Order: sequence, then structure tokens, then C-alpha cells
Amino acid sequence: MKAITGNRLSDGAVVYLRDDDQWATQRGEAARFDDDDVAPVLRAAQLRVREITDAYIIDITADGAPSGRAIIRETIRGAGPTVRGDLGLQAECCA
Amino acid sequence: MYRYDEFDATLVGERVAQFRGQVERRLSGALSEEQFKPLRLMNGLYLQLHAYMLRVAVPYGTLSSRQMRKLAYVARKYDKGYGHFTTRQNIQYNWPALVDVPDILDDLAEVEMHAIQTSGNCIRNVTSDQYAGAAADEVEDPRIWCEVIRQWSTFHPEFTYLPRKFKIAVTASQNDRAAIRLHDIGLRIHKNDAGETGFEVIVGGGLGRTPYIGHTIREFLPKKHLLSYLEAVLRVYNLEGRRDNLYKARIKILVNAGGVEKFTDLVEAEWTAIRKSEIDLPTEEIERIRAYFTPPDFEDLPAESAVLEQKRKGEAAFARWLRVNTVAHKTPGYAIVNISLKPVGGIPGDISDVQMEAVADLAAQYSQDEIRATHEQNLVLPHVKKDDLYVVWQALTVQDLATPNIRLVSDIIACPGLDYCTLANTRSIPIAQRISERFSDLEQQEDIGELKIKISGCINACGHHHVGHIGILGVDKKGEEFYQITLGGSGAEDASLGEIVGRGLSSGDAVGAVEKLVHYYRNNRQDNERFIDTYRRLGADPFKEALYAAA
Ligand code: SF4
Repeated sequence: MKAITGNRLSDGAVVYLRDDDQWATQRGEAARFDDDDVAPVLRAAQLRVREITDAYIIDITADGAPSGRAIIRETIRGAGPTVRGDLGLQAECCA
Repeated sequence: MYRYDEFDATLVGERVAQFRGQVERRLSGALSEEQFKPLRLMNGLYLQLHAYMLRVAVPYGTLSSRQMRKLAYVARKYDKGYGHFTTRQNIQYNWPALVDVPDILDDLAEVEMHAIQTSGNCIRNVTSDQYAGAAADEVEDPRIWCEVIRQWSTFHPEFTYLPRKFKIAVTASQNDRAAIRLHDIGLRIHKNDAGETGFEVIVGGGLGRTPYIGHTIREFLPKKHLLSYLEAVLRVYNLEGRRDNLYKARIKILVNAGGVEKFTDLVEAEWTAIRKSEIDLPTEEIERIRAYFTPPDFEDLPAESAVLEQKRKGEAAFARWLRVNTVAHKTPGYAIVNISLKPVGGIPGDISDVQMEAVADLAAQYSQDEIRATHEQNLVLPHVKKDDLYVVWQALTVQDLATPNIRLVSDIIACPGLDYCTLANTRSIPIAQRISERFSDLEQQEDIGELKIKISGCINACGHHHVGHIGILGVDKKGEEFYQITLGGSGAEDASLGEIVGRGLSSGDAVGAVEKLVHYYRNNRQDNERFIDTYRRLGADPFKEALYAAA
């Protein structure tokens, strides 16, 4: 499956498109799309230039975990640097 | 130290004001990202994996304590309490918000700092020997010429849209601590047979996808002609350098594709045409710049310090730090102190706001207010009295800044890699951390001796892996991290490119591989051979065998 991600314009934070069309910082909240349906959603997201930048499509599993070639990259983007467990989302979620 | 003149201050102030307007227009949607991106890059602002990243220039690696304090302030106020020193003597912040960047730049401008020339296809921030002005082995202070180049190259109208970025490094010592053979232009100040000083001009070095060692195109250039000669090189490159292919656009490709001779001829012809014009600085102007680099008022001291000798005998840990982290100063009674930013298991080049302030305090009190950043991601206090070394060591120890490992196996260069960088294939930092943990025994490290490990997370080679005695390059294989080992590289005066030794290894195996290589070296070295010397004497094969032999 697919999801849409990008970086929030104001501070660069990693965000994911939710079902209600808002941006979430938790990947778990990302809307999941079938492979065939995602392209027009991305195009619409890319038009929201005042909110985000560098939007693109990522592969995810049915449970919303990253998958495919970019699995490590997307895992790190979602959580924060693996060498600084005190930074990024990983620091907030499980403290 | 160089201080801004009115011209510099106005220039930087105007640039910040301009960028503030551009950020506002981007946030309001008046500028698209496509329009904005080149503008933010011109101001050192990148977008990384988790956030924006701001790269701040530290021209030729020289900082005052006031500037270091401001860097600490920025880290605390706008970022997450730390900064990262890069392999180009710059500092990066990993988490600034776009909305804050104009304020950050205003704050930096207060201490004459900025992010100009840290990005884009221009002449980048000039780098130099971190011991400049202090080294016992230098001909003269190379920073005078770095500053001459900085003033000439900042916003040079003809060279703001080069085929690619352009990096210049200057040293004035036989011992190359500035990696001059790996730069687009490397300059070495030396004395000719007549006793005059001038530049050896080296062109076309570089790392990345297609690494080259630079070629000397002129053995001796009288100093007064520096700018006209550089201008000639840049003109030839600007005109002839390829613009059709990003990977072939660096000057190294131009030099090596057509041959050095042809390139040299073009430069000399161009130089003959322009050298009589008014590009070269008048002597008074050079003297004006030189005055900024007047050596500090060193005291008249005996060469040896009794206090120091007493402490050295009494404390083994201090004695080790002295042996490994301090270097001869040109003035009797003084020493150069290296501050390691590579504690065991630490992130190479990272420094907290509190540590920055501690370094600033030490510089103010004990090092003539000067600090240097090194391309090996460490810091230096260049002018410390031998009498003060013990106090400085104690203060550094409290801050975890006194790991005695300069030039040793755990003094690793590592690029940010996939923990931060959008272009990365793999992570680099965790490999560095594991190697430094594996070799945490200080006595063993000292016994192994000089060993330069350099790690890059992709072929762009920001971690200089091609010129590591042991180089490690991260490669992605179907979503898994693998590491390719190269051996025999050097970025110093004996510059050479490493050779790839076989298939990629998993991250765990890469750390084990370093251990095997070191083990083989220790069993086979002769006399005082360093790792690289043994490798050069025996060749790659026995090392490969040691590496891939069944366990
Ligand atoms: S070498 Fe590659 S991964 Fe490392 S910092 Fe440079 S671009 Fe990023």
C-alpha cells in the first residue's frame, strides 16, 4: 500500500497525509491508499505549497509500517536519528 | 584575527534582510518551492530527512570565543542544544525552523558570521590548516591568503554560476593537514631555491563519485600573482567545464579528460592575457589584510615548563593526553591543543551548547581567544602556554572533550549519513560509534598508532572514505545497509586513493573487518611503520586475505 509524506514548510518536520486531509506527524495516522489510487492524491497534496514541501509517495504495509526499498530511510524519517534516541518523534512517543 | 570591515558588515546585513523577505514570501505562497530552493541554498539552508539544516561558514576554520559563544546560543535558542562540525571546517545545525532562520542569521551577523558560500555552485568557504599561525612547521600563516581569496571570491560576479561547486584549500606546511590534493584548487605556500615564498598550485583533485588526486600545474607562483592566476583557472573552468552532466561538471573531470598539459596551457594562456589587468591586489592591500593576522603577543617563555614536567610525571592520563593531543608550537613555551570531538561511542563532530561555551571560556582565558575547527571534525586551541596545559586538560576532561585519540583509530571522520542526510544510502555514524567502542582501550589505540578511518554514507564521499587508510562506504542493497571497505587511501602530503577490497559487508561485519585488518597490521608491521606504511609495503593482497579468510 501507499501513503503520502512530506516536510512541513514552517519547520521541516516530517508529516503524513491523514484521511481527513490534515497533516499528521505520526506515521500511524497516515491515510493508506491502494497503489492505483495514490497518484492523484499526491498531485493534490503537492499543490498545498503553503503547508508542506517535497511531498512524495512511500510504500507501507497494510499496518502502516514502511516497506520496500526505502524501508530504513522511512523508518528513520518517522522516528528520528537512530543515534539520538532523545530526538525526533521516537523521543515523544515512548518516553 | 580578521574583523569585518564596513563593507563586509553591510554586505551580510543586506543579504539577511533580503533572505527574510524571501522566507516571508515563501511562507505566504508568493514563492514556490522551486523558486525558493536556490535562494535558501544560497543562504546555507538545506532540507534534510527530519528538518531543515543550516550550514554556517567558519572561514578557514578560525573562530573567536565570542563567535563560539554565539554558536552555543544559537544551538540552545533555535536548535536542539548541539551543533555538528563538518569535514569542511563548517558547523551545521540539524533542526532549525524555516521561520527562525532569518533571526538566526541576524544573530550570527552580530559576531560576523554567516552562511554565505556554504552551498551552491560558487567558490565555497576556503579551508586551511587548523594549526595556521601556530604550527612549528609552517612557512608563514596561510590564513592571510585565505582571507585574500575569501574577499575576492565572495559574490564574485563572474563566478556565481559555475558548472559546479568549487573548493579551495591553502596550507603553508610540508605536512598537509588541509587535504590540498583533494580540492578543486589546492595551494601550498613554500620557499623556492632563491628563498622567496610562493604557491605550488594544485588543480583537479576531488572525491565523490569519481575521485582524483590533484595535479600540480605550477610549482611556484609568486604570491603577488595569486588572484590573477586563480582567476585564470576559474575562467578556463567556467568556460570549458561541462554543464550538461552533473557528474562530469567538476574541474577534476575537465583537467583529467583533456589532460593536465592541455589544461595547464589554457590556464597559462589566459593568465598571460589577464595578468597585467588589475586583478592582483596592490601590496598595501595585502599588508592591510596581513595586519589582521599579526601574531598574538606571545610571552617570552622558556621552552620547557617545570609545572608541566612535574604533572606529566605524576599523572599517566595527563601524560597520554599530552603525547597524543598536543602538538609543537612555533613559539617556545607554547603548545597547540587538539580537542577531540570523538569520545568513545560518540558522534564524530557533534558538540553540545555547554561544551561550546566551555571551549569558548578556555580559548578566552588560555588560547589568545582563538579556536580552530579541523576538517577531521575536531577543534583546536592553537596558542596554549605549556604552564597552562594541565588546567586546560582538567577543564576539557570535565566536559568529555579530552579523549586522547587524535590521529588514532577512534578519531574517525564520519558523514551524517542516513541518520540525517536525504542523499544517504546508509548510516555512517553508528559504524563509527561501534568501531570506537571496539577500540576503546587507549593503550591499544596508542600502540596501533596513526590510523585514519573515514566513513561516508553514499558515493558523494563527504566522509572522505576514498582517502581513509581504511575507508568505509555505505551501499544500499535492496533496502539493506552494506559497507564496502577501501584500503590505502591518504588525504595528507602522501595523498593516494584507496583501493576497493572485495564485496560489501554487513554493518556488524564491517566493524569486525576493521579489527581483522588492524590485527594483521600489528602482526606484520616493521619498526615504526604506520598502518598505511605496512599496507604500501605489502600491497593489498595479504590484507584482503586477512579480511576475507574464513573465520
Ligand atoms: S556522503 Fe552522502 S550520505 Fe554522507 S553526508 Fe554526504 S551526501 Fe550525505
